[in-house]
Amino acid sequence: MQDSRRETLFGPGVPLRGNDIDTDRIIPARFLRTVTFDGLGDHAFEDDRLQLKEQGKVHPFDDPRFADGTILFVNKNFGCGSSREHAPQAIKRWGKCITAIVGESFAEIFFGNCVSLGVPCVTVDAVSADAIQSAIEADPNVAVKLDLRGKAVHVGVNRYPVEMGEGPRQQLVEGRWDTTGELLANMPKIRETANRLKYVSGYK
Amino acid sequence: MGKSLYEKVFERHTVALLPSGQVQLFMGLHLIHEVTSPQAFSMLDELGLKVAFPARTFATVDHIVPTTSQLRPLQDSLAEQMMVHLEGNVGRHGIRFFSPDKGEQGIVHVVGPEQGLTQPGMTICCGDSHTSTHGAFGAIAFGIGTSQVRDVLATQTLAMNRLKVRRIEVNGKLRPGVYAKDVALYVINRLGVNGGVGYAYEYAGEVFDNFSMDERMTVCNMSIEGGARCGYVNPDQTTYQYLKGRPFAPSGDAWAKAVADWDSMKSDSDAAFDDVVRYDAADIEPMVTWGIHPGQSLAVGDKIPAAVDAIADERESMTEAYRYMSFEPGQPINGTRIDVAFIGSCTNGRLSDFAEVARLIQGKNLKVASHVRALVVPGSQSMREEMIALGLDKIFATAGFEFREAGCSMCLAMNPDKLQGRQVCASSSNRNFKGRQGSPTGRTLLMSPAMVAAAAIKGEVTDARRLFGIA
Ligand code: SF4
Repeated sequence: MQDSRRETLFGPGVPLRGNDIDTDRIIPARFLRTVTFDGLGDHAFEDDRLQLKEQGKVHPFDDPRFADGTILFVNKNFGCGSSREHAPQAIKRWGKCITAIVGESFAEIFFGNCVSLGVPCVTVDAVSADAIQSAIEADPNVAVKLDLRGKAVHVGVNRYPVEMGEGPRQQLVEGRWDTTGELLANMPKIRETANRLKYVSGYK
Repeated sequence: MGKSLYEKVFERHTVALLPSGQVQLFMGLHLIHEVTSPQAFSMLDELGLKVAFPARTFATVDHIVPTTSQLRPLQDSLAEQMMVHLEGNVGRHGIRFFSPDKGEQGIVHVVGPEQGLTQPGMTICCGDSHTSTHGAFGAIAFGIGTSQVRDVLATQTLAMNRLKVRRIEVNGKLRPGVYAKDVALYVINRLGVNGGVGYAYEYAGEVFDNFSMDERMTVCNMSIEGGARCGYVNPDQTTYQYLKGRPFAPSGDAWAKAVADWDSMKSDSDAAFDDVVRYDAADIEPMVTWGIHPGQSLAVGDKIPAAVDAIADERESMTEAYRYMSFEPGQPINGTRIDVAFIGSCTNGRLSDFAEVARLIQGKNLKVASHVRALVVPGSQSMREEMIALGLDKIFATAGFEFREAGCSMCLAMNPDKLQGRQVCASSSNRNFKGRQGSPTGRTLLMSPAMVAAAAIKGEVTDARRLFGIA
């Protein structure tokens, strides 16, 4: 079985600049017409990629320099919008598979979805985010390492402190991010709670 | 110190403290639809698990249904496949399905309240971010991802963190022609699209006290657009009157007990909040979005703001918005030519939304501008029947609006209702993200249903108060 612990994750990095990148941009809704998550990786940021191409520019996900990237570097409020898990699934399945996301801030549902998939989303301050993105843009092969235990991301010779809620961080570090088992273990308590709720028993 | 409704609901539904420090929370109501549930059922099968509380999950189909004809098989084979999966899953697990052939189908956030499933003091979840809508009843309702849908199916619980609570008071009286949608857009404009991250919003004040349930739902619906995962209004007589007699609402002897229980869940008068903001209703004007997220909005009489005047974080997004929308700073939004008008969605696709627009256009010999395609899409099949019974379909048809079948329609690009190319759409929905309405370059202007109708008739963005003589 694959090790589920997320202690140290290695790059290369992919810089993806912009605030408020929403889930409709991460995976346009037309690709949600499916009953699996298979193949979503190919369509990550499809419309953004196309539009940049038309403007004669290159989206980082189309840029051969970043094709081997596994850690994504973003800015503020990343993943806002819908609750679709298709968004982190698409990112996770893109190219060589993204294993972690580093940004200034994340939308709440997106963050939770990533944790459920074992993909840490950690935050850095705005100055660091910009510095890291610039460093990777200047040298796509620069060594990138996310040390979730030590709460830092290393880019080349530089070390930047990262933050993440203690609960989710521990879950990821210890490999306990797949919650179903923990929840199921409390089934007797779940039934007790249900029995206590007046609406469950129909206000008898 | 008293407690807020949020705290009371959270405590009542707490099952256990998890090793991660998160709280295991019981879910009173789980709603599912065709888009975010099939993978969850597959995961459940892989784990060899059954649905733990099948009587607490309800299903409908909304995103993929065409609004021209719901005849099976659906023309889009991918949509048909999703429908077949949903039917198979609900059948196998004994889940109640509000299906099109029974005339019970509709947008999940319209159907829940309409059936009386959404009740005060509950925890409600659905694999859909606009689940916040149900907070209008004094429930704690929020969107979840597919792995969490799996967890709820398997255990009826979720691992959650406690949120902070921000009370948003809107006091005074709204001016004529200013609607719940304008309040929602105003709040998001003020607090920002990520201002609510980490918070539940409690909406209060005279404006919310006087709002109907439909209006409360409109504002709670858009909580997520301000970054808040849930938003609620404390339950009151308006809530109870709405619920009374609905199919899944308590009845007989249970009714009085239920009302007493619901009353006890209201925020205490001495409840402490993590933050309180207050707005004056008289300051709110009819709002229109001009950009690519719901916080980029302005009063209809105003000019598009300049990036230099904005905080640094917003500047880049505004610059991109000018480009994408083809707007210049300083340009008035009034007079922006539109191609499509859409009245519908879980934000503003309820009976009172349509009744208000019909009231405004009726008997004035107003017609949709010749270059505009205007859609009226009911939120549910049963509401559609009510609209027909009230003659609203005829009023819309006479004015040149297409009266369609129920569904999400042009709110998002998963069914045949889509923008083409760079079309501009005046829309009563909730998201103006790039590509949201089905064309990767399509442009969305969010506004109230009355403002959409006015834009449809004038062929351009215009102040509905002037066009309809609202004084
Ligand atoms: S109407 Fe729009 S926002 Fe509401 S559930 Fe459907 S697609 Fe989502």
